Amino acid sequence: MTSFPWLSLIVFFPLIGAVLCFLVKAESSRWVALGFTVGNFLISLPLWWLFDSSTANMQFVERASWISSPPVNYSLGMDGISFPLVLMTTFLMPFCVTVSWTAIEKRVQLFMSMLLVMEAAMVGVFVALDFVLFYVFWEVMLIPMYLLIGVWGGPNRLYAAIKFFLYTLAGSLLLLVAILALYFQGGHTFDILELSRGTYGASLQMWLFLAFFAAFAVKVPMFPFHTWLPDAHVEAPTAGSVILASVLLKMGTYGFLRFTLPMLPDATVAFTKPMIALSIVAIIYGAYMALAQSDIKKLIAYSSVSHMGFVTLGIFVLNIQGIEGAVMQMVNHGITTGGLFLCVGIIYERTHSRQILDNTGLAGPMPRYAMFLMIFALSSLGLPGTNSFVGEFLVLAGTFVWSQFATAFAALGVILAAAYILWLMQRVVFGTPAPAHRAHLLDLNARETATLVPLIVLVFVLGIFPNPLLTRMHASVTNLLNAQKAPAYATAPQQPALPQPAATMAAMSSSSSEQAAAR
Amino acid sequence: MTFPLQDLLAILPELIVIGTACLILALDPILGADKKDILAWLTLGALAMCMGLPSSHLTGQTYAFSNLVVIDSYGAFWKLLLYIVTGLTVLLSLAYLKAERLSIGEYYGFILLALVGMMVMVSGADLLTIYLGTELMSLSLYVMAGLKRTEARSLEASAKYFVLGAFSSGVLLYGISLLFGLAGSTRLSVIAEAITTHGTANPMLSLALVLLAVGFGFKLAVVPFHMWTPDVYQGAPTSVTAFMAVASKAASFGAFLRVFVEGLGGASADWSVLFTIICLATLALGNLVAIVQTSIKRMLAYSSIAHAGYALIGVVVAARHSGEGTSSGFASVLLYIAVYSFMTLGAFALVGMLRKEGQESENIEDYAGLAKREPLAAFFMLVFLVSLAGIPPTAGFIGKFYIFMAAVNGGMTWLAVVAVIFAAISAFYYLRIVMVMYMREPEGAAAAHSRLETSPALSFVLACALAGVVFLGLFPNGLWSLATHAAPLLK
Repeated sequence: MTSFPWLSLIVFFPLIGAVLCFLVKAESSRWVALGFTVGNFLISLPLWWLFDSSTANMQFVERASWISSPPVNYSLGMDGISFPLVLMTTFLMPFCVTVSWTAIEKRVQLFMSMLLVMEAAMVGVFVALDFVLFYVFWEVMLIPMYLLIGVWGGPNRLYAAIKFFLYTLAGSLLLLVAILALYFQGGHTFDILELSRGTYGASLQMWLFLAFFAAFAVKVPMFPFHTWLPDAHVEAPTAGSVILASVLLKMGTYGFLRFTLPMLPDATVAFTKPMIALSIVAIIYGAYMALAQSDIKKLIAYSSVSHMGFVTLGIFVLNIQGIEGAVMQMVNHGITTGGLFLCVGIIYERTHSRQILDNTGLAGPMPRYAMFLMIFALSSLGLPGTNSFVGEFLVLAGTFVWSQFATAFAALGVILAAAYILWLMQRVVFGTPAPAHRAHLLDLNARETATLVPLIVLVFVLGIFPNPLLTRMHASVTNLLNAQKAPAYATAPQQPALPQPAATMAAMSSSSSEQAAAR
Repeated sequence: MTFPLQDLLAILPELIVIGTACLILALDPILGADKKDILAWLTLGALAMCMGLPSSHLTGQTYAFSNLVVIDSYGAFWKLLLYIVTGLTVLLSLAYLKAERLSIGEYYGFILLALVGMMVMVSGADLLTIYLGTELMSLSLYVMAGLKRTEARSLEASAKYFVLGAFSSGVLLYGISLLFGLAGSTRLSVIAEAITTHGTANPMLSLALVLLAVGFGFKLAVVPFHMWTPDVYQGAPTSVTAFMAVASKAASFGAFLRVFVEGLGGASADWSVLFTIICLATLALGNLVAIVQTSIKRMLAYSSIAHAGYALIGVVVAARHSGEGTSSGFASVLLYIAVYSFMTLGAFALVGMLRKEGQESENIEDYAGLAKREPLAAFFMLVFLVSLAGIPPTAGFIGKFYIFMAAVNGGMTWLAVVAVIFAAISAFYYLRIVMVMYMREPEGAAAAHSRLETSPALSFVLACALAGVVFLGLFPNGLWSLATHAAPLLK
């Protein structure tokens, strides 16, 4: 372990850029934002090697007192669950800048500044080890996101922005009350690790579960709290959609993993069935809604609902395949859906329409674009060899252990995904070319190619070699499951790590990669 | 009757302020119309002197004038807050009066007279002292509300404020006289003793409680005694509105807490029920009615009503649960009002100085496209509004955090849940302003757009308010320890 304040640096480095953006001209602010997002990724990159995958303990821990009474600490740390999410966030942010390079023409400084504030807040959420600090980061990003949607969004942006804001705020304010209740029940501390070690009464756990659920389920979003998502996605500028889909949604599922499971184990077990039912409803409902859309962005938004259903499903089946699959799926969805939104943004800049029927037959005029879009699309439907396959496969394997019946329904989502994605591709890529001016469409320029290629590379890398990432999260997930199970055996001493599921997982993940490699 | 030197020293700050007020009233006719600024600097000098006085009396309680006045850390907390917000109001007025072409020297005199009233209110140990302070404050504010003599709305505000204020003073006095009948004294300590010895099962006491609650309810502008607030806040000159919304509310909370805790603490089981209902009504009405306002001054008026509701949560919680939670409950109220002062003052300062063709831009519509015309002003407003909505990392969040914390600690989690629901609703109307500023384009001719009339004084006020909101949001330790230091003396 190192004493260098890596995490503080990653959180606050973008903020310097955010201030700097205001001090320079519009043109230079793009470079400032690019510099700081790339810089932040480079700062976070060494963590991949510095991260110790053999331990479930928090790493790179920093701690300082923030508020003395009640004791709120500025404490940061990272484990195998937050680690992939932090890297994913810093990895994606430069592309949010490059895709906005020419798309954002008004108030560029403010836009770039808000992107950087978002980055700081998002990384902060994933690395905060104090519940109040977590809440502060969680709420801080509401305002920049509100501005991103509301100022640079589409025609219906005002409605979408306020809807996003109020949904999220209402949920998270209930979380605040729950945090305070936990403080008084959990030994007068806001420390996440200490709170996770505590045991709480059954009825308190139920209430807290519902309050946590209000905050996290809105963010994920789980059915039936998903209605803000299509509006926000459709109206947001491309970078906003990417941030929303790739990172913001993950905060909800991260919240379940970081707080609900370890702190409220009994309530989690009690609510398993309804949670799984809601997840499966989200998977199928989201897929059906996606089938019916005529707007590409809305289609992807509903596909997000469906894909995030897999994540919550994996979390609440409460076994190692499920949860590792869920974390994997979180990262994969971030890359794949982020890539899809980037593609939609690129075509929107050319045709100024997101309607499927206005964007048909792109393979002719834009072959390179069509190829990239196709790769993201195939990844989105979970084709073996791409990243999403690994996550969805692990989740389904975990669900299979829990109930074969549920797995059958969840798998239906994969089939429907194939349907709506392939149908979309059939029209957008291979359809009859739309009106004459479509012939003048220019293929991807260097900047756009550079935006998409790194994501494409990751799609295949994570699809074929998921193990480096899986091993890094393994210890933490095992520990999470042990802690989750511990209160059920409250009288027994510390449970040893359960070897059996771990071995199954290793076998499964390696076999899945072999399968993928075989193709 | 002789006044020993000790007593006079105890009220030295009050003497300084009232002396300066008299000096200003005497100087006003002598000075030419273009030299009225001197009076403002004189006012600031007096405030600086008061703040500079040694604060060794911060520990323990010193009574003066045969127990009519008490000097303690509780009063000192409020006085410090009052000095700061009065100073900022004076600076704001410097800019505002110039923009409104009002050159009225006695304005500053009235501010200081009102300040003396407030200082007496928060350091009164006797109901009559507190009543006198309230009257001095109110009478000065009645005059100040009507300072725009040529504007019918300002005069209407003044008259309305006067009629309702006088009525509420009457009710307050009635309550005081009943308490005098019960306890044989208007001393808070004597009343407290009487309640302990005779118990609370006396219909006369209940009636007195209700009357006092009504009287203070008017001053605090809580539902259902809030009717005057929107009209008066809208009609009064904006600098006066800011002063009323911030200083007068702070002083009223200071006096209210002292009377109900030090004097009537024994009957807290009775009045806490009353104030729970008032608190719920205030939260609901303040937040819901604010949504439909088209004038930003009226919206901020309803918002200030709603904020009094949040502060009342702390009062109710502290009153219902004795023990460890009590002092943190009251401390959270003190902290909340202090935080509220900065953000509200900042918002009103901007409202007063955003002008269109020499007139105040009062309609929310006038803020359309402000972020483009005045990026810095829009950003300041954004911070104040975000803070009012209670979103971190601003001071507004810290205020709500401590209030909710006290509520959960006091076993009134349900009240915290109700309050957060209304906090989410409040975000809607605060964000509506953000939306208008950042996401809408102004309609109509380009010449008619509102712009910020800047001046060094105004910039200083805004910078102070912003610094307060951001600094207290990031580093609340100092204020919280001040508040906890001031609060326990109540029990």
